[in-house]
Amino acid sequence: QKVSVEVLDHLEHLALVDFRDAEGVERLQKAIQFADQLHEVNTDGVEPMDSVLEDRCLYLREDDVTEGNCTKELLKNAREKVEEYFVAPPGNIPLPKLEERETFLQGS
Amino acid sequence: RPQSGSRLQVSAALKEGRVSPTELCQRCLALLRSTTFLNAYITVAGEAALKQAEESEKRYRRGQPLGVLDGIPIAVKDNFNTAGIETTCASNMLKGYISPYNATVVQKLLDQGAVLLGKTNLDEFAMGSGSTDGVFGPVRNPWSYSRQYKEKSVPKSRSEDEESNWVIAGGSSGGSAAAVSSFTCFAALGSDTGGSTRNPAAHCGVVGLKPTYGLISRHGLIPLVNSMDVPGILTRCVDDAAVVLGSLAGHDPKDSTTVQDDFKPFELPNLTDVSKLSIGIPKEYRAPGLSSEILSLWSKAADLFKNAGAKVIEVSLPHTCYSIVCYHVLCTTEVASNMARFDGLEYGHRSDMNKSTESMYAATRREGFNDVVRGRILSGNYFLLKQNYENYFIKAQKVRRLIANDFMKVFGSGVDILLTPTTLSDAVPYEEFIKEDNRTRSAQDDILTQAANMAGLPAINVPTALSERGLPVGLQFIGRSFQEKQLLTVAKWFEKQVKFPMIELEEVKRHDHGVFQHQKSASFS
Repeated sequence: QKVSVEVLDHLEHLALVDFRDAEGVERLQKAIQFADQLHEVNTDGVEPMDSVLEDRCLYLREDDVTEGNCTKELLKNAREKVEEYFVAPPGNIPLPKLEERETFLQGS
Repeated sequence: RPQSGSRLQVSAALKEGRVSPTELCQRCLALLRSTTFLNAYITVAGEAALKQAEESEKRYRRGQPLGVLDGIPIAVKDNFNTAGIETTCASNMLKGYISPYNATVVQKLLDQGAVLLGKTNLDEFAMGSGSTDGVFGPVRNPWSYSRQYKEKSVPKSRSEDEESNWVIAGGSSGGSAAAVSSFTCFAALGSDTGGSTRNPAAHCGVVGLKPTYGLISRHGLIPLVNSMDVPGILTRCVDDAAVVLGSLAGHDPKDSTTVQDDFKPFELPNLTDVSKLSIGIPKEYRAPGLSSEILSLWSKAADLFKNAGAKVIEVSLPHTCYSIVCYHVLCTTEVASNMARFDGLEYGHRSDMNKSTESMYAATRREGFNDVVRGRILSGNYFLLKQNYENYFIKAQKVRRLIANDFMKVFGSGVDILLTPTTLSDAVPYEEFIKEDNRTRSAQDDILTQAANMAGLPAINVPTALSERGLPVGLQFIGRSFQEKQLLTVAKWFEKQVKFPMIELEEVKRHDHGVFQHQKSASFS
């Protein structure tokens, strides 16, 4: 079962990463095929495991401020900044639709 | 030459003043400079290292070394944050990124006086099993240039000699393994999510320890799979691994996934009586593709324990064959989440695209990540789609429990340690390795190491023997959670029995002014 172009497009939107070429799409197809082997395993009555440390309590520290005041340090690595702000291009503008975008998927 | 009996104790040498920290540092840096063809290092912090060595020297003169690690040159995989030193993860996404802080494990080593020589090469974002997929190029296994390998290989023509014959270092911590193997440092940090410390350790003939999940802090280790990642330790002998472990383990308030149990550093006893040991041989680890050479070595090792009086029994870990598939889903899904932080705003590469936030993010990630990383992000997002979440992500989490339970059953039945191969074969030539894609390779190579990460168990590669091609082959011991002392004690006993040979590298001999001399396992402790 091939993944539809709609889903591929949706994935590019969600991941904000591109498939780039046929190989990229094929890579996903193979990954899904590979993962399908999981369905051979009988997991009736088995609880999902998200951590091997599930029987322990996470460490919670006191809610005291013990560090910080490192704005200058943190801003050093940002390319675009103004005073103490990271500068981003305008938000709330969705990625162009498939037909208008420069993406390999256009040809599909 | 005497075998592991006569180990030069570098630490003792430093203490007694037979060699100074600055001399040691300079020798390692010189050796590093003459082995750049290995491409083991991405960044060499020579000046800073010499300063650290000078400070260490002052402490030794005052008779106040900070500990066994004071003045010892070390290297760190380039996915650990190191203050003031570039941390790239071998990716364009982080080229030029200078960390504002030290990862906890790095800080701990520096606090003990260790001398940080540089950051080692890896597969991009630690995704891979060959250290071939980073933007700085592949790491070459030092054994490619050893007398042992050269005398066994038949060059096809005069021009086709070392250049095309060199073998991979394994991955993804190949740089760290190569650095330790070629004597440019005494210990190195790697990371291990699916075998990334043990695999290159096996290929490079060094000890590679994957500690229990939760024992060592991951704070500052750029994450791949938060529920499986651990910092890994690479050294030339088991005793050294125990020393490094001693300085790194323990609860870190900055990593809430570290356990709060008290950790006491330990010295390894010299085990003489193994009769009380129960060694399990999991039959499913006789995986398809396992070379007959390694199968035979594994069998000999089992006999070694048996003849020494240990109880050696076959055990079963029935869900082993699903661990790679399970890992594939859990890894890609966690990666999809972890890689979301790279958007160009706060650090790392940023695209010039300025039309909108989303298009800037997309372009940045398009430019910054290689195929492997992008592929995993996309697969991960697929498995996390609403329509797939239950069937793939949750399903994989359930299979994970089955795999973890397999181990619990076996350890609960009286088995102390499991003995398995670490890799399917010795290191393959680079030209051959790159014929298959990254995912296929990883799927093949991780099969023997991955399950230990699933279950969070400690595991160690011990170099065992040379293959017919003159390359290292290692065997793996897997222990119970938080029983590193028992695991390392058994590993040390085994190391003593097999007497793995020292690499015979011209460059090392040339730089050997008595510092590396007499070192069979080159212990620093």
